[in-house]
Amino acid sequence: MTPQDATHGQGAPAASAENALGGDHYLNHGRGVWSWLTTLDHKRIGVMYLVSILAAFLLGGVFALLLRTELLTPQQTIMKADTYNQMFTLHGAVMIFLFIIPGIPAALGNFVLPLMLGAKDVAFPRLNLASYYMWVAGALFALISMITGAVDTGWTFYTPYSTTTSASVISMVFGAFILGFSSIFTGLNFVVTIHKMRPPGMTWCRMPLFLWGLYGTAIIQILATPVLGITLLLIIAERVLGVGIFDPALGGDPVLFQHFFWFYSHPAVYIMILPAMGVISELMATFSRKRIFGYTAIASSSIAIAVISFLVWGHHMFVSGQSNLAGMIFSFLTFLVAIPSAIKVFNWTATMYKGSVWLATPMLYALSFLFLFGIGGLTGLFLGALATDVHLHDTYFVVAHFHYVMFGGTVMGFLGGLHYWWPKMFGRTYSERWGRLAALLIFLGFNITFFSQFVMGSQGMPRRYYNYLPEFTAYHVVSTLGSYLLGLGFLIVMIYLIHSLARGRPAPANPWGAATAEWQTASPPPHDNFTSDPMVDDPYDLERWRWDDRLSGYRLDAAAARPAGAV
Amino acid sequence: MGLSSIQGDGGGGFWLPRAASTGAGPVDALFYFILAISVIFFALIVGLMILFVVRYRRRAGQGAQASPAHNTLLEITWSVIPLAIVIGIFAWGFKVFMDLATAPANAYEVQVTAQKWSWLYTYPNGHVEDVLHVPGDRPVKLVMTSEDVIHSFFVPAFRVKRDVVPGRYSTLWFEALQPGEYQVYCTEYCGTGHSDMLSKVVVHPPGGFEKWLDNASNILNTLPPAEAGERLYRTRGCIQCHSMDGAAGIGPTLRGVIGTQRAMRSGAVVTADENYLRESILEPQAQIVAGFEPVMPTYKGRLKDEEITALIAFMKSLKSENGGGQ
Repeated sequence: MTPQDATHGQGAPAASAENALGGDHYLNHGRGVWSWLTTLDHKRIGVMYLVSILAAFLLGGVFALLLRTELLTPQQTIMKADTYNQMFTLHGAVMIFLFIIPGIPAALGNFVLPLMLGAKDVAFPRLNLASYYMWVAGALFALISMITGAVDTGWTFYTPYSTTTSASVISMVFGAFILGFSSIFTGLNFVVTIHKMRPPGMTWCRMPLFLWGLYGTAIIQILATPVLGITLLLIIAERVLGVGIFDPALGGDPVLFQHFFWFYSHPAVYIMILPAMGVISELMATFSRKRIFGYTAIASSSIAIAVISFLVWGHHMFVSGQSNLAGMIFSFLTFLVAIPSAIKVFNWTATMYKGSVWLATPMLYALSFLFLFGIGGLTGLFLGALATDVHLHDTYFVVAHFHYVMFGGTVMGFLGGLHYWWPKMFGRTYSERWGRLAALLIFLGFNITFFSQFVMGSQGMPRRYYNYLPEFTAYHVVSTLGSYLLGLGFLIVMIYLIHSLARGRPAPANPWGAATAEWQTASPPPHDNFTSDPMVDDPYDLERWRWDDRLSGYRLDAAAARPAGAV
Repeated sequence: MGLSSIQGDGGGGFWLPRAASTGAGPVDALFYFILAISVIFFALIVGLMILFVVRYRRRAGQGAQASPAHNTLLEITWSVIPLAIVIGIFAWGFKVFMDLATAPANAYEVQVTAQKWSWLYTYPNGHVEDVLHVPGDRPVKLVMTSEDVIHSFFVPAFRVKRDVVPGRYSTLWFEALQPGEYQVYCTEYCGTGHSDMLSKVVVHPPGGFEKWLDNASNILNTLPPAEAGERLYRTRGCIQCHSMDGAAGIGPTLRGVIGTQRAMRSGAVVTADENYLRESILEPQAQIVAGFEPVMPTYKGRLKDEEITALIAFMKSLKSENGGGQ
């Protein structure tokens, strides 16, 4: 469309090679396993995190399918009660501690954050690598506890059950303790990087919204995770030393544990969702070909969520015997935290208005997010209200609610982000046709699996039940069949992504026409990220990127580009 | 799961089971109000989403149209309206919750003891049973505690739930609307038998409750020991773990136990005589049969001597009879 030379003008990206697979790039810059294991390159650490968390996701997913299969019949189907109890504990612990919490920040965030800043790396590359190895160590402890006598406490480790059961709770809890440090390191690194390494021209109000999401997340990681660490150490102290903290037989208070646990674990819910919201903001703008609607509101709502999320933990405890006054305060604050999330949803929807909506695979996940997170958020209203929560607490209604938020929200955001940045990460494109089909299967399978759980939950089906009354059979069968469809969807994703690594078409520098800095370097990026400074003045000025058939991607329209320096 | 035939939850709607207590109506009204709000907002968001995707889908040679990137009035509107709605929901939920927080003064009080994995109800006259019988014509207040870990008492038809915590008492009350049987669940995860920790509430018609309590608390005097023992076996939490048909459960079966040589975890072999059975009830951790876990709670102070004698008579009867249960 624009015949100008790509190197015209100071602001043009110097991605002389659109695709760097033939030359030097971060994946082949330094060869051999050792160069990977000792790398300080944020991109390689991101890729190692990605591979690791995907392995954890696969493990947790297999557990989930086995659990759903057991629940096909009201009595024993394929496993014994103790096995079932261990498996739902592992499903929860693996999915939460090993997959969802590190998922978007540590894998996608690590890769993208310095690139979006136009920087060479994060502020503390060694701390970054240490964070990865802490993750590995934590995962090993979790694995040890699986092998040496699986934990059956549920991922919530409620006392006094967890301090009196015979299972090897200590190694599992210690694993979660170490994983907490991994999370704190990442958060610390991101906060410092965002504060100190933003390039000239990128004011706080010109920062891409994904970075706002990561920033809000990092604050919670730093402030809330230590409380989990302390709590888990107290459990170990009680089990090993017999100090009475939570066990009433030793003079402790079991409900105190719930306060400590949820003081971390509720903010942790926002550690999981905020980065996904950041991804969705990027996808909505790029694939609507339009400036994001209400930038300021979206950015400030991330921070509002991060702050209020510290003050709502008691809504997990409405029937625990906490005082009515505490119940009232926590219920009220819980409803307040709903508003920033609602604002984001409205802004994303409004972004599509008068846009040019491109239904590429990442956008399908973003639309899935809107739909599923909408249901997840609205069903939270039933649980935030005291009177209705009493009936719904600890039923499948809650199970469905948090899967709609965590899976329908975070995992959809993760999948959208993975498909969005995949060409940048590996320099290859995947099959759009298979990508869209899998997105559709995952969307359908997810709804069949979890919507039926809302209904059985409000009908009274308790969670964590191995046997159940025959009147719930139909709901369980529907849910299990849905989970198989969901599993099939993920299998397809796995196959075409792996296939793309070997056979995918080489990706251009900017396949989606996005205006953030990571698209202004080659795919995959060179070791030092950029060969010249990218434009960072306006992350949502999509107008200046025009489709170019020769590249099968977008190129900067120099005529539409404001000259660099005129920031 | 001998209680699986209970259909106390029948006759409800798509979302909620039948409302069978005075407190259920207000809870359901709020539930359906939130449901209506949710459906409206969801339809709005998804409707607009579909409209925009279809109307503004990408077409060749046509980019996005010019439109503002923010609109203060619109943004304030869509913040303030939801805020007002959720504050309304909060206030409504709090009011209904508080109305149901305090038991009326005339409530009939029953003590509830939770243990792995059964519920025991103690009536004012000292009678203990694992099914909750209550009068239908007055409110009932439960004062609950746990012998081991945290459990939670849940009756869906009454819309009531409360955690049952060791070392403290928690309370809950309800007033049933009509006689019938209603399902009780444990809803705080408590280990192997969590999903079998079921019970039921039997709501008696006016006058029926007192008659039942008189009969039930008198079985040691009115029934032969073996029959009274079987009643105790069924109502004091034995049946959840010990079968009478020869099948091993969480604990060993009681069929044919008396007089046999039993291999213990410790390697010892013990003859199962009356004293062994008595010790197993009062000091369950003293001798653990090989192949089982030491999970049984003690019944010391919870069964009277005559009751233990009746239970032993019942176990003896399981040896001679062939038919077993009823």
